[in-house]
Amino acid sequence: MHTIPGVEGFMYPNEVELQWSILIVLYPYITGLVAGAFILASLERVFQVSAVKPTYRLALLTALAFLLVAPLPLQLHLGHPERSFEMYLTPHRSSAMAMFGFVYLWYLMVVLLAEIWLDYRADIVALAQSSKGALRWVYKALTLGSMNVSPAARRVDDRVGYIITVIGIPSAFLLHGYVGFIFGSVKANAWWSTPLMPIVFLFSAMVSGIAAVMLIYDASCRLQKRLVDMRCLDTIARYLFYVFLIDFSLEMLDLIHRIYEADESFRSLDFMVQTRLFTSQVVLQILLGTCLPLALLGLIQLRRFSGTVRRRLYVTAGWLTMIGIFAMRWNVVIGGQLFSKSYLGYTTYKLEFAAREGLLSSIGLMLLPLGILWVLVKLLPPWEERQAM
Amino acid sequence: MGTRWKDAAHLIRPAAVFILGLVLFAILRGTVVPPGFGLYGHYRAGALDENRMKPVRYAGQAVCADCHTGEVAARNAGSHRTVSCEACHGPAANHAEDPDKAKPPKPQIAALCTRCHEASTAKPAWFKQVATRQHYPGNSCESCHQPHSPKL
Repeated sequence: MHTIPGVEGFMYPNEVELQWSILIVLYPYITGLVAGAFILASLERVFQVSAVKPTYRLALLTALAFLLVAPLPLQLHLGHPERSFEMYLTPHRSSAMAMFGFVYLWYLMVVLLAEIWLDYRADIVALAQSSKGALRWVYKALTLGSMNVSPAARRVDDRVGYIITVIGIPSAFLLHGYVGFIFGSVKANAWWSTPLMPIVFLFSAMVSGIAAVMLIYDASCRLQKRLVDMRCLDTIARYLFYVFLIDFSLEMLDLIHRIYEADESFRSLDFMVQTRLFTSQVVLQILLGTCLPLALLGLIQLRRFSGTVRRRLYVTAGWLTMIGIFAMRWNVVIGGQLFSKSYLGYTTYKLEFAAREGLLSSIGLMLLPLGILWVLVKLLPPWEERQAM
Repeated sequence: MGTRWKDAAHLIRPAAVFILGLVLFAILRGTVVPPGFGLYGHYRAGALDENRMKPVRYAGQAVCADCHTGEVAARNAGSHRTVSCEACHGPAANHAEDPDKAKPPKPQIAALCTRCHEASTAKPAWFKQVATRQHYPGNSCESCHQPHSPKL
């Protein structure tokens, strides 16, 4: 008998090579950022947290930029992107994956685009009148032909926008809860199959989205050399801390439950966490990506620091959070494929570099939403002083 | 009432864009989804007739045995007795139709044997398997084993 490189113990033949690559890690990561950014935006709109107002529009644009990129990792992974539209033409109602298409479309068309349009309408009309050349036509098209921005019309926009945000919150929950559902419903995989999965995914999505908007807001202030609103940053960081605490508790609850239940998969999974997943799970996800940012954010709640120090600590905690949540997605997606369903062996995931499903294309996919965001910010400036009231 | 309606009139526009999108989608769906889709299941019903129209390519074990009695007898006596002729020789309906005109190609032994017998941890232990890199490398399988009755 010859051994297969990277394989330890016994693997079924279809388990040796991982079917779901880093692109499938990116997919829940990106959708999570969308859901989290939207929920941060809804804080201001529905829950009247006025301190986070400076990031309201930025959060909406961030959600849109990442939402546009969200299906791309799947299409790159599957190949034949032209076939993806068939999911809409002949939907298979028993496939959770196919139904995602409709959740995605609903979220994009009914929630995000409608909310952004209603919020920006006055700005778009003003820009359509003040800009020149081709850009003028772009803004004119975006007005959809209506120039009525009277205070009464804006009140109508505000009311409808509020209703859309209220609909948007469960939609954002559905969008990302569904991603967890996809994994949680694979009953053959002990690493994934838990009803807690959608909830854990949802809270980690909120954590990563809030952290992402916080970092983008901070970076945009630095780039434009504008004064950062510390009250806004403090409030975002406080919400990040609270949501992160819930997320961490849920993940620990899942872990303790697994340890206490110790079903037939436990020994195998425990061994995997202590060996192949040690760096990405214990070091990156739990210690560096969760405990450290939680400690930093908690410390700021307890002790007084100057604005500069707080800002630095927020940025550090934000980046660590982003790494931690990415590691969490990695550990779910890749970790769930490293062990044999026989619980007798383990395989290895080899990340390629310049391949369709390699590191380079993943970096490209992560940079793409930032590029889209840059264009969106240029087109629809989210800064407060530009808001036409 | 009139002014209130005027202030909400702009909402008609995105709604119209949305409805237009739905109408276009409905037209597109009506045009590109083939008729009969979903009649029996999540597939095109017409595909069944198309598949039925395809010519039969396999002759079947009984037809082979009509002429190749010697080979079939050897096979029946050995461990390959449950493997049908066309599993190795390929589809032979044309050959059965006109034996002189169409001859099945000679199987590529090296690839054919390893398809089943290359060693793998996933195969049950009772199944005959060899690691070809170690098992007389460079030699053809049939220099020792007769495929119809492979026991030495």
